[in-house]
Amino acid sequence: MRPFDPKLLVAPLALLLACGAVPAVAGPSNDDCLGCHSDAVDAKAWEASIHGQLSLSCTDCHTDLATATEFPHAEKLRPADCTTCHGDAVAAYAKGAHAKAREAGKTVAAACVDCHGKHDILPKSDPASRTYVFTIPQTCGRCHGEKAKEYGIHEGDVLAAYVKSVHGKGLVQSGLAVSAECTDCHGSHAILPKSDPDSTVHKLKAPGTCGKCHQGIEPIYAKSIHGQKLASGDLKAPACFDCHTAHGISQTGTERWKLEVLEECGSCHEQSLTTYRDTFHGQVSKLGFGRVATCAGCHGSHDILPETHPASRVSPQRRQETCNRCHPGTNANFAMYDPHADIHDKDRNAMLYWTGVLMKGLLFAVFAFFLTHTALWLSREVIDRAKGGSRHS
Amino acid sequence: MSAPHSPSTQILRFDAKDRLAHIGIVISFLGLSLTGLPLLFSHSPWSARLARWLGGFETAGFVHRLCAGLMIAVFAWHVARLLKRIFVEKRYSMLWGPDSLVPQPRDAVQMFQHMAYFVRLGPRPKFDHFTYWEKFDYWAVFWGMFIIGGSGLMLWFPEFFSLFLPGWVFNIGLVIHGEEALLATGFIFTIHFFNENLRPSRFPMNLVMFTGREELEELQHDRPGEYERFQKAGGKGWVVAPPPPSWILPWGRAFGTVAIVLGLGMLVLILWAMAA
Repeated sequence: MRPFDPKLLVAPLALLLACGAVPAVAGPSNDDCLGCHSDAVDAKAWEASIHGQLSLSCTDCHTDLATATEFPHAEKLRPADCTTCHGDAVAAYAKGAHAKAREAGKTVAAACVDCHGKHDILPKSDPASRTYVFTIPQTCGRCHGEKAKEYGIHEGDVLAAYVKSVHGKGLVQSGLAVSAECTDCHGSHAILPKSDPDSTVHKLKAPGTCGKCHQGIEPIYAKSIHGQKLASGDLKAPACFDCHTAHGISQTGTERWKLEVLEECGSCHEQSLTTYRDTFHGQVSKLGFGRVATCAGCHGSHDILPETHPASRVSPQRRQETCNRCHPGTNANFAMYDPHADIHDKDRNAMLYWTGVLMKGLLFAVFAFFLTHTALWLSREVIDRAKGGSRHS
Repeated sequence: MSAPHSPSTQILRFDAKDRLAHIGIVISFLGLSLTGLPLLFSHSPWSARLARWLGGFETAGFVHRLCAGLMIAVFAWHVARLLKRIFVEKRYSMLWGPDSLVPQPRDAVQMFQHMAYFVRLGPRPKFDHFTYWEKFDYWAVFWGMFIIGGSGLMLWFPEFFSLFLPGWVFNIGLVIHGEEALLATGFIFTIHFFNENLRPSRFPMNLVMFTGREELEELQHDRPGEYERFQKAGGKGWVVAPPPPSWILPWGRAFGTVAIVLGLGMLVLILWAMAA
């Protein structure tokens, strides 16, 4: 440690006295700090960082030392104080899940330095920044990736899911800066668990969050029966990620996605899925063929309305039009087909019910008689053969 | 009075056209079953894989329709030949009597006699040209053809049939098509296979549908009624045929084996799906 030389103060003190001012004693300069911490602090990185560019002093963040005169200073200092300049961000962070986790003793939870860095902080517009749009997934993935389980994050390795998702591929593979990355959905400083009503990814807020990018869809969804129910506070109504999922979101145009989302519809509309499976459409889609009517093919997707609503695609008024999308030129007769016929429901589909009973009865009668006949015949021939009878006995 | 016939004399039971029709039905039936069962049991563990193996739903669907076309063509040909025999050749014996395929009171009597024989309560019945189970097999397929074909055509061309049928009929058509298919495949691959091929006295295969011929000795034991008539008539009215061409037996055995193996394989799949 270079010894402090009081003589260095003579000139500025003299000057200030001449002006009639009495200043406070100045703290250490950056050069003073680097005299000891040049190993820990990369001076070039600091100079290139946004803080370095702004010519901040070490003690602007390390406020413990702002008035320090004795060196070396204490071994343990308070963490760097970001509130001097970033009071709003720190206040937001304090409300978030990361801050709560740290308060609960989980020191692995992210603090400012974990995302932004320390002496090498760059503006998020800088490609080298940890908070640059293309780098955000890696930054978040340091905890929410492979180490998620180790850190007790119950959502698991969401980075792996994200990288394979349509958002992740758009960002990472296609270089689309507009593609959603972590902070677009979760926010940045005030990240809250999805169970928190104030969270941007809470079910009730999901349409607004997704709608920031998918602006054309949000108003359509808002008018749908799903959107209306959600807006009224019904948490059972599907929000965006119930159908599309979240981190692993897929391209919606693919056959595979169409077939997978059927199960999601069926998680609420169980009876409808069951009866759909009994139809030709359902049989074919179950075999893995997606170019056949699925839920969205008839009901729509974001614009679903109850069957009783005249504008619904499956309303009596529009059903024929809906059928015609795959079966062009069909008439009103065709639209009388019941895509959710229930062979077990005598009241809903009486003719179908009795047809089923009749056919089952026929099957039973034929097999009961002839299997008995076969068993008796077989036993007679086997016994005769065992007695040494000829082939034609 | 002609010379007495030896036990190895071969009587022509099915002519070449009958045998050809049977082969056509076998091919189309197996094809329809193979491509239709994955849909009928689409929920089963094996259906998606089988559908993929068949080239995917669209290819399987194409093959299904191809086989349907073949089956309809063979059936139409068969009906045309029936009508010709009745109205052109005046073979009215086809409509009634010992040579007729039409069920008659005697068949019911013989069925009960046969059941009694199974449990050792009586002798074997004196079966004639067509036994009761052969008649059942024939008519089940015959009427089944209208049921499976009618419902199948409806599902194939819904845009056409909805010109005069309400849409809910197609819900019923699908059920009928599926249940009839289950009845047909289940029956053929168990009972028909047993009756004609897998019985100990017939095992492993009855080749009459390839050779068209039956030996007099077999006639005597399997169809004693017909055998008696044959002897009384001195063979007049029956066609005594030379031995079949040498290639028919190996090819018939190969074809028959493939058909039986495929059928039994599908039976296993059906039972697996029903158990799942």
